[in-house]
Parts: sequence; structure tokens; C-alpha cells
Amino acid sequence: MTTLTKDAVWEALAEVPDPEIPALSVVDLGLVHTVELDGDRLRVELLPTFVGCPALELIRTSVAERLARMAPVVEVEMTFAAPWTSDRITAEGRRKLGDSGFAPPGQGAAAGGPAPLFATIPVRPSASCPWCGSADTTLENLFGPTLCRTVFWCNRCRQPFEQFKAV
Amino acid sequence: MSTGGPRTTGEPVTQAPRPPKAVGGSGGTRSAPPVNQFDANTRTALAGLLLATADDEFVLGYWDSEWTGIAPVLEEDVAFASLAQDEIGHAQALYQLLADLDGGDPDELAYGRAPEEYRHARLLDHPRTDWAFSVARRFLYDTADVARLDSLAASAYQPLDGVVAKMRREETYHLLHMHAWVERLATGGEEPRARLVAALERLWPDALCVLDGIEGDELLAEAGVLAEPMAAVRRRWLAGLTPELARLGLPGPPAAHTGPCRGPSRSDDFRWLWEQFTMVRRSDPEAAW
Repeated sequence: MTTLTKDAVWEALAEVPDPEIPALSVVDLGLVHTVELDGDRLRVELLPTFVGCPALELIRTSVAERLARMAPVVEVEMTFAAPWTSDRITAEGRRKLGDSGFAPPGQGAAAGGPAPLFATIPVRPSASCPWCGSADTTLENLFGPTLCRTVFWCNRCRQPFEQFKAV
Repeated sequence: MSTGGPRTTGEPVTQAPRPPKAVGGSGGTRSAPPVNQFDANTRTALAGLLLATADDEFVLGYWDSEWTGIAPVLEEDVAFASLAQDEIGHAQALYQLLADLDGGDPDELAYGRAPEEYRHARLLDHPRTDWAFSVARRFLYDTADVARLDSLAASAYQPLDGVVAKMRREETYHLLHMHAWVERLATGGEEPRARLVAALERLWPDALCVLDGIEGDELLAEAGVLAEPMAAVRRRWLAGLTPELARLGLPGPPAAHTGPCRGPSRSDDFRWLWEQFTMVRRSDPEAAW
């Protein structure tokens, strides 16, 4: 058995798709917080995108299944040690989002972090259409089919589309 | 604190923090193990703060879910389902922090207590009522919650700090959404405006309780768990909110509230909701999910 390297672990992680947007891997989404190798023990910590995301356990087990047998002891945990933010989505991840019909998160409601009461209220999310590129779009609903998505309408190609929330 | 539930503060931890789960274990989001950094009174106050905040989010989440399928427009079905899911997710994370601190099981905290043992603010004792009422309650709650989260943003209690950082970002969307609805109802003609005003007048005294009824909050402020005592959080909230309501010609806060803020006496409406959200678990408490 060749010695396991962190690079090999990252390559394996890059094969684990997000269950809700499978075109993106957990690496593309920036969900991987740490990869630790210590003798027989491989430990990976993941960051939850949304606190109440029902896919968290599915993501954790998918990662654990992919890494199983790479080391005698494999631990995969979710942690709040650092906040996941939409800025963690990689450039590659943003490109894949667009290819899948999702507008990547922009300078939206919470981009730049939380602000004092009402300071953020005038700033509503905006997005360009991932299908035709038009900036002539209307926010239909801040909330969408999953916790991490917002619904827009493109006035040019007359199609609905979703944006990954900026958090 | 006077809860008689499975979690009793001030007593030795009945269950050691669980070791990290290995592959295949059932999951949940794990926070760092608690640090033994506080004296007994501060620790009790911290447990009280966690329970009250978790119960607020949990009960509001269940009231929100009552709109699923019957909201005025499809978009609001989707929105209120998401809001509910966010709040129940926040509650789950906070119950986990409490279990990490005091021992016990987060699911038992969420579903295993009698109605009198919940510590949510009495603002959450009202039923969903009509749309304007639900909008008014959520707006009052969300703005107060943001003020509370702001005061926890650099909490000396590290495990809470990480969860709060996530919650604040999500709550921004709640605030945006509810603010848009308040503005829409306030400027949307006679009937929506009248309903909104009536709801705010009815809810204001109870809304003040969201940032009240936390025993030992001054100890928490001294220890750096909270940036300031709840009275100061409340003032900051009202200083931000009152001018905005005035701009819309909507009623502002009363001078004070009377009576206990966080139980143990509960409304029949809350008892009904409790029956609903504990029904499945009570049918088979030992079931594995």
C-alpha cells in the first residue's frame, strides 16, 4: 500500500458530488475545512452551508464512503469552527454553477458579512441570467426550492432561474 | 432557571461528551467540546440563554410551518417553508450546544419536554392567526433576533460563536423578506394596513419579551458571552426599529411589558402546537430514525 498523501485525499474529495447540485463537488463548493493525516488516522472536517440544510448528513456520509479504506481510521465531521460563506465557492465551482443554470452568488443581501440592523435592507440580491446573460432580471422570491437558493425571472429570455444565495 | 426537563443546570454532567463519530455513525453537526471556562452561575446563565434562544427559534419554526400549503401565494409557501427550516435548523444547532455543555440529547430537549418546560418568549405563544399577524410577529421577532445575534457575534463562548456567525448570515434574508412584507402591507391599502396595525398593537408587549427573561444576562455580559446585558440589546433593537416603523406610520413599542416573559404558564395555542410537533415522537419515543 503506497503512502497516503493529502493530495490524494483532496483528489478523492473532488469526486464527491453535492447532492442538490451534483455538477459541483464538495471541493468546488468550498465545504472542506481541513484534511488531517496522522499515522493511521485520516480526519476530514466539513463546513455546513446552511445550518438547517437537510443534506448535511448525506454529504457527510457520501464523503465518508468515498474516503473509506483510504486509511485504517477515517473520521468525517461537520464543524462550525469557521463559517462557510458563498465566497468559498471556487472559480471552477462558479463556472460549473453557471453551466448548470444557476447564477453564482453575487454581491447579494449578506455579501460582505452581516451589518447593523437595517443597514442591509436596501441591498436586495441581483443576478444576471445564466441562460442568456441578460442583466434585465427580476427577483421573484428570496427563498427557493432549497435553503441555499433564490428565484429570479429573466425578462429577456423569459425563463425562471435560481441564484445560489450570497451568505 | 427553573426548568424541570431532562437537562438540569447546576448538577454534574450526566453524560460525558461523546467522542467524534467514525465513518458510518449517524451524524449531526458537531461543535467543539465545551470549555470549562465559566463559574457555576455563569454556566447556568449560559445554559438558560441557549435554551431560551433555541426554544424561540424552534417554536417560531413550527408556527411558520403552519403556512405550508395555505400561504396567500405560492411564493410564500416556499418562503415560509424555508424560514421554518432555517429556524428549526438553528434550534437544532443550539440544542446540540446545550447538550454539549450540560449533557443530554438534543432531540430529547427539542421534543421530550412538557409544554411548561419550554422557555420561548411569549411572543411565540400566539397562533399564526392571519397573514398580517404572522408578518408582524416575524418582523418583530427577526429584528430582535438580529440584535441578539449581534450581541453574540464575538462571544467568549467559542462553540456559540461559530454557530452565530452562520445564523447571522441566514437571518439577513429573513429580515429582507419580512421588511418587504411589512412595507407592502403598510402601503397596500386600507385593509392590509389595518390588519397590520392591529397585529402590531396586539404583539408589541410580548415582542419586548424576546430580549428579556434571560436570568443572569449581566453575568454573561461580564464573561463576554454576550457583548452587553439584554436591556442594552433591547435598547439597541428599539433604536433601530422604531424610526423605521415611524417612517411607515406604524405603531411603536409600549413603555414596558408586564408579567413573566418565558413561561412556565403557556397559552392553549402553544399547547395545541406542542401536541402537533411532539405527536410523532410521543407515538414511539424509542424509534430510531
